[in-house]
Amino acid sequence: MPKTFATVIEAGTSLGNHTGSWRTIKPEYIAGLPPCSATCPAGENIQLWLSLAKAGKFREAWEVMVRDNPFPAIMGRICYHSCEKTCCRGQFDGSVNINMIERSIGDAAITNGWKFADSAQNSGKKIIVVGAGPGGLSAAYFLRKLGHEVTVYESRAKPGGMMRYGVPRYRLSTEVMDAEIKRIEDYGVKIICGNKISGIHDDIIGEFDALYAAIGAHRASKTDVIMKNGAAVIDAIDLFRRLEETPMDLPSFGQKVFVYGGGNTAVDAARTALRLGAESVKIIYRRTINDMPAHEIEINAALSEGIEILCLRTINSIDGNSILVDKMNYDEEFEILSKSGDTEVFQADSVIFAIGQAMDTGFFRDFDAIRVTEKGRIEVDRNMMTQEEGIFAGGDIVPGKRSVTTAIGHAKKAARGIDTYVRGVTMPNKTKNDVAHFKKLNTVYYRKDPRINVSRPNDLSFHEIGVSYSDREIVRQASRCFSCGNCFHCYNCYEYCPDNAIIKHLDGSLEINYNYCKGCGICSSECPCGAIRMVADEKG
Amino acid sequence: MSYSTLKDVEEFTTVQSSHDRPNTLTSGHRGCQGCGEALGARCAIDAAHRETNGKIIVVNATGCLEVFTCYFPENSWNVPWLHSLFGNAPAVATGVAAALRRQGRDDVRVIAQGGDGSTFDIGMGCLSGMFDRNDDVLYICYDNQAYMNTGVQRSGATPPLARTATTLPNKSYMGSDSQTGKNVPKIAMAHGIPYIATASIANIPDLEEKVRRAIGIHGARYVHIHVPCPLGWGYPTSETIKIARLAIQCGLFPLFEAEHGKQVRSTQIEDLIPVEEYLRSQKRFAHLFGKNAPADAIGVLQNIANSNIELYRLSGGILNA
Repeated sequence: MPKTFATVIEAGTSLGNHTGSWRTIKPEYIAGLPPCSATCPAGENIQLWLSLAKAGKFREAWEVMVRDNPFPAIMGRICYHSCEKTCCRGQFDGSVNINMIERSIGDAAITNGWKFADSAQNSGKKIIVVGAGPGGLSAAYFLRKLGHEVTVYESRAKPGGMMRYGVPRYRLSTEVMDAEIKRIEDYGVKIICGNKISGIHDDIIGEFDALYAAIGAHRASKTDVIMKNGAAVIDAIDLFRRLEETPMDLPSFGQKVFVYGGGNTAVDAARTALRLGAESVKIIYRRTINDMPAHEIEINAALSEGIEILCLRTINSIDGNSILVDKMNYDEEFEILSKSGDTEVFQADSVIFAIGQAMDTGFFRDFDAIRVTEKGRIEVDRNMMTQEEGIFAGGDIVPGKRSVTTAIGHAKKAARGIDTYVRGVTMPNKTKNDVAHFKKLNTVYYRKDPRINVSRPNDLSFHEIGVSYSDREIVRQASRCFSCGNCFHCYNCYEYCPDNAIIKHLDGSLEINYNYCKGCGICSSECPCGAIRMVADEKG
Repeated sequence: MSYSTLKDVEEFTTVQSSHDRPNTLTSGHRGCQGCGEALGARCAIDAAHRETNGKIIVVNATGCLEVFTCYFPENSWNVPWLHSLFGNAPAVATGVAAALRRQGRDDVRVIAQGGDGSTFDIGMGCLSGMFDRNDDVLYICYDNQAYMNTGVQRSGATPPLARTATTLPNKSYMGSDSQTGKNVPKIAMAHGIPYIATASIANIPDLEEKVRRAIGIHGARYVHIHVPCPLGWGYPTSETIKIARLAIQCGLFPLFEAEHGKQVRSTQIEDLIPVEEYLRSQKRFAHLFGKNAPADAIGVLQNIANSNIELYRLSGGILNA
């Protein structure tokens, strides 16, 4: 070839110039843990089922719900939905109505008779669950799903535990509860009621591979209030039980009712007393209203029904119909509560005590190895196993918050623990993703669409207060989910990249082309849901 | 059926979000990290490409866009593209359009494009001539408000009081002294050409729609696109879209369309913000917040925003300076 004077270079595309070499930081897609799921004691994948609900796929949404919680309709009514408190949308225009959507889809499942997906192949292992409360029934469901043979023993006449005997019917109707419990029975879980198991070695149980104790805390805590001259005192838990078992034979309240305590049980008791005909109901609580362990929603509902809350007071003694109350001083700076020396006397027809419940530790008496904490709870490891091999425990009898949702969370954990235990395998360590935060979101891309609550007039009866959404409302309300920390395919990154360094595949999935990505970070800052983060690029 | 990832159900309709967008300005170009102009140019030419089935010829003026996309022997353009001089792109495009007319090719559309330097200053004469003759050319200006590739010198598009390499503020000088700036969209309107639009990379659907409309009209058309420059304006590279958005929200960059010299449409500002929020986010205005800053400095810019809001009917309310 003849040599030319100058080298002639053909013009070509700039694609040969890999500008990725300029980069010092690089974007990457993340799967964040949404704050709703992070705070859900049952660990529901709320974001996923909301996205399915938004698409009108209610059945699929329900199937996602029951991966972590066999009681969507029940929990849609009685769960205190900490998810909504942490929902990022709360800082924008009101949190997503997660609880109401769960309830509505749970109701759709009952109406349409949806069944659980088939359980795993039979393992041949026999598991005993003691206590048919929310925790026991959930554990039974999770274990059955994993292929085990499960029998649940319940001392009361009907299954449901605190859902039946501790929650007033205006919050949860019998029909809904029965329907969701029956679905678990239909799944192949044997529930034997009216059989009190005295201990782990009870003959009724026979041989088993593992046992889950979910016996709950049904005993009223002891009190040091002095009572004389026939003080009319009623225990709240006892009241709820009698309301369920012998509704025609209830203790008489009289007209002026006082409730002692600040938890949800106290508020439930006060609202129940009002519904049973009491003229005035007052709650006496030791600390300030902000310290009340009862949930805000419940407290507000009680206040709106005309219940009075007397804070910073403790009951000293009850003499017949008169209550001697000590007024308390609260030092906000040092958070010290002390008696002020002042006293008050109230006249009451009856006083309902709701100052906490304890468990019956007698169930575990045969085992010295099982440790009981100072607060009277059973110690368990991270798989919910007690110090005794093969004996697991959860719910109200182990340390932690006492709620139905927590009990379901414990049951899920225990079921995994029991499964690995009886199969003799070790549980793989699961790493949790980082929790997504409001600050990481770019809310410019979300339109304001306020939360809509539906309700019916409160008639102070035992009919359910809440109302479910219509299908259209479910879709509309579910669409409000920000999808915090997880890509919902808005394609902002793909649109805005000045270097075309985001590849959009035919199926809509996205990939970063690091050959050309200069690391400007536009994709990350314009991602509405914070699903792209910038990290140091160590390409050497 | 099992789900493990989120899939959204909404339909997206912009050219930019479609998986088969033409990418007329392809990867490997040497635009800075976070370059607004590279993004604006791709969005605009992609939209024109989609609308004409790829039958476009692009004439480029000298400037950032030309320099960073045709680094010899590479070229980042996936369309017929040519470059002549800094000031003559409108005239060259006029020539291309004339040649096509002579060949009877009315299916091929001609686009001329340049930065604010070639549009506002160096090529102003050629541009005005193109408008005057109503040549069948769509002229697109990517406005980053200074001569960026030569080192951020002041141009006719530089806003008042902005710092550039040639308007460095000191004790007695507050940056670019133009009190109103040169307004080329208004100059274009004064020529009475068939179509004028302003657009921003912070609103891609709107940008695409305006280019789509413009490419379909015969005669001289002018589209002015606001493209923030992280290097020249002094903000983190990740904030290009945010800055463009703030400029719209405060009223300093009005989005509107005009036909035959008359304004026909404008985009309402959803959440009006004071110009201060926009100015504070850029180093080129940092001296306006220093201790030597005269009290009315920000008011000057707020007044421009206010008169924009009034003139282009962008919002119900005007913020007090």
